Amino acid sequence: MEITTKEYSVKYDTETASVYCQGTLRLNGQEYGPIMQLLNQVAALEPPLITLNLRGLRALNSSGISMLGRFVFAMNEKKTIQLLMQGSHEIAWQEKWAKNFQLLMPSLQVEWE
Amino acid sequence: MIQVFGEFKKESVKSREFLMLGFSPGSAPLQQRWRNNGLSADFLADYLTTFFPTDDYEPGTREAKLKGAVSYIANELLENAMKFNYDTCDYQITLKFKLYSDHLVLRVTNHIQKKIMSRFQRFIHELLNSEPRELYIRQIKRSKEDESISGLGLLTMINDYDAKLGWQFETVEPNPEVIVVTTMAQLPI
Repeated sequence: MEITTKEYSVKYDTETASVYCQGTLRLNGQEYGPIMQLLNQVAALEPPLITLNLRGLRALNSSGISMLGRFVFAMNEKKTIQLLMQGSHEIAWQEKWAKNFQLLMPSLQVEWE
Repeated sequence: MIQVFGEFKKESVKSREFLMLGFSPGSAPLQQRWRNNGLSADFLADYLTTFFPTDDYEPGTREAKLKGAVSYIANELLENAMKFNYDTCDYQITLKFKLYSDHLVLRVTNHIQKKIMSRFQRFIHELLNSEPRELYIRQIKRSKEDESISGLGLLTMINDYDAKLGWQFETVEPNPEVIVVTTMAQLPI
């Protein structure tokens, strides 16, 4: 499962159950559909832990925050899948995203580099 | 009629520097122009760095955070203006950046129809009268039902970037009613 364009890529690595988001995600609302679909397909595989690696994600607009937020919230309601977010201190606002996502899933684990 | 909400201030002439960008919404379909929002926002953020002569744009520095904040906020303001603009009129959308001694201001002006104004003002009222974390959760839940619902951009500007926001609505055409809306974001520097 992979979506790659000139500006961003979203890839799922089955072995590690990790979704890697990289580049700049500033899409117009509905354009997030395929990415949301990819995330839902990953969740449908029912891995006990999904890692969301955002370390290469330089920019995310509010529509992207909303999409990821909906996924985090859905996993919180589902209860059978734990989420781990991997972020980078290099990208200033990832700490804010993590804090906000923890409002939606209090058990969300976060790893920094 | 003019209506003002939040921390809206008239433009002061005492700014050190300013830059204004204009966009013609009728020139091409929104989808074709969409990428221009991010490019313009990043350009503005780069332009800002010329006034902070430092080599230290390392992550975590005040300058790097300010640059990131301007890029995010300018992009969100432009995206909203483009999304909700009344495209059938020929008015331009403008983005103005002004730098003052202790703060900077971003203003985006666009034209909207009355039904959009009513919805927008209801959200502004909610934004100004809610606990930010509760509103964040509420907006994410709402967007699950209706992805077109906006507001998260404005909320994150306040929550994550400490921006002060203000709005001015002015009716400029009576029939059909066309309103010019200016959204203003202030950031300390």
